[in-house]
Amino acid sequence: MIPAAFTYKKAGSVDEALSLLAEHGDDAKLLAGGHSLLPLMKLRLAVPEVLIDLGGLRELSYVREEGDEVRIGALTRHHDLEHSELLQQQVPLLAHAAGTIGDPQVRHRGTIGGSLVHGDPASDLPAVALALDAVLVAQGPSGTREIPATEFFTDFFETALGEDELLVEVRVKKAPQQGWDFQKFTKRAIDWAVVGVAVAGQRVALVNMGPTPMRARGVEEALASGASPAEAAERAAEDTSPPDQAGASAEYREHLAKVLVRRALENAANRGA
Amino acid sequence: MQVSINVNGEQRSHEVEDRTLLVHYLREECGLTGTNIGCDTTSCGACTVLLDGESVKSCTVLAAQADGREVTTIEGLADGEELHPVQRAFQQKHGLQCGFCTPGMVMASVSLVEENPNLTEAEVRAGLEGNLCRCTGYHNIVEAVLTAAKEKQGAAE
Ligand SMILES: Cc1cc2nc3c(=O)[nH]c(=O)nc-3n(C[C@H](O)[C@H](O)[C@H](O)COP(=O)(O)OP(=O)(O)OC[C@H]3O[C@@H](n4cnc5c(N)ncnc54)[C@H](O)[C@@H]3O)c2cc1C
Ligand code: FES
Ligand code: FES
Repeated sequence: MIPAAFTYKKAGSVDEALSLLAEHGDDAKLLAGGHSLLPLMKLRLAVPEVLIDLGGLRELSYVREEGDEVRIGALTRHHDLEHSELLQQQVPLLAHAAGTIGDPQVRHRGTIGGSLVHGDPASDLPAVALALDAVLVAQGPSGTREIPATEFFTDFFETALGEDELLVEVRVKKAPQQGWDFQKFTKRAIDWAVVGVAVAGQRVALVNMGPTPMRARGVEEALASGASPAEAAERAAEDTSPPDQAGASAEYREHLAKVLVRRALENAANRGA
Repeated sequence: MQVSINVNGEQRSHEVEDRTLLVHYLREECGLTGTNIGCDTTSCGACTVLLDGESVKSCTVLAAQADGREVTTIEGLADGEELHPVQRAFQQKHGLQCGFCTPGMVMASVSLVEENPNLTEAEVRAGLEGNLCRCTGYHNIVEAVLTAAKEKQGAAE
């Protein structure tokens, strides 16, 4: 399978990427690791006329400390998140979850920015960003703006990022002592999660339980009013609308969500200081 | 477009269509047909090569994305007549049957061992998650990778 013909442009800087976006508008797509976009293009489910490659923007690949935050460049690969000592110490949930994505080859290419902007409710990092209450930094023609993760995922494969904007950075609070856990239920190796759960402290987010990644607000409410993990987990399927497919019905996923949320909360409680 | 890629230590320049996938570039422009295409959907790992020393699935990388970088294929592993330790371990431990998955398995294993020679069996299995063997000869493949990893540890001591 070969993608439909397109014109390839390599961006040498963020400004150049933005001006190429402005120039080509709707006809263009940004390319990061290409591990969501290229498969879609091979299936002709995406047919951009111009591909703007961000792969050369080394300045957007970093994990660094800034006060009480860790800041991550949008082009940082899953592999680099997984192996970042700073993340392992300060935001272990993110390092761990990145290490469960696909396989080593996928993690050598895929980026955190691509994962978030792709907005696939079955992907891992969007739910992790929600559980961490991450802040996403977008850059457009008129400068940068901050978008809370809770406002970023707007619909099925849709985000709050403007057509003329780039995601440049992800900011998360340091939380070395916080209890955390990531549960990912898959049927075969390298599959996406049938259901996944990310827990960071009292925040709980779900993978593949609706058109967008989402916070499990019912569970969080129950925890806040003193419920045990088992009691709180009973509310895991509240306000969800999981996909109903052969192999995994909506009902099955609702059940799975409760089981996985309970496990995740129990593990998080054991890990927390 | 013009791409310049260092393939197996040799600097090459070719005029390719912008949409050319790295695997097609290697097989058709460079004539290096050791890299196989199994699924074409990023699932099977048969097309695994090293990009700047790290394993990638070349059916899901554009030749353009490898421009200015180094690619190693199965043909580039041996040093003359001397097999790469991972190749030798696959031979010694019978880590192959029909051989279709083997170039990808070997390249994925080279990257794995390079990153961490202290591999446990579980880590080898997880590290080869993205490589499918339709002959299902996983047992000996895992043995081979562990053998190569031990050799590398020995060399490092
Ligand atoms: C075999 C396989 C298994 C996988 N398994 C998993 C899994 O288990 N869990 C999981 O979460 N994911 C999985 N993935 C997806 C993988 O994590 C992708 O790498 C990721 O979803 C997209 O990141 P990318 O850098 O490859 O983005 P690309 O494919 O390059 O881009 C994706 C989208 O984001 C846009 N984009 C990218 N970067 C930016 C930016 N900085 N600013 C604005 N827009 C941008 C692009 O225009 C495109 O629309 C898998 C992929 C494969 C091929
Ligand atoms: S051919 Fe590339 S992963 Fe199967
Ligand atoms: S040896 Fe036949 S596919 Fe693996």
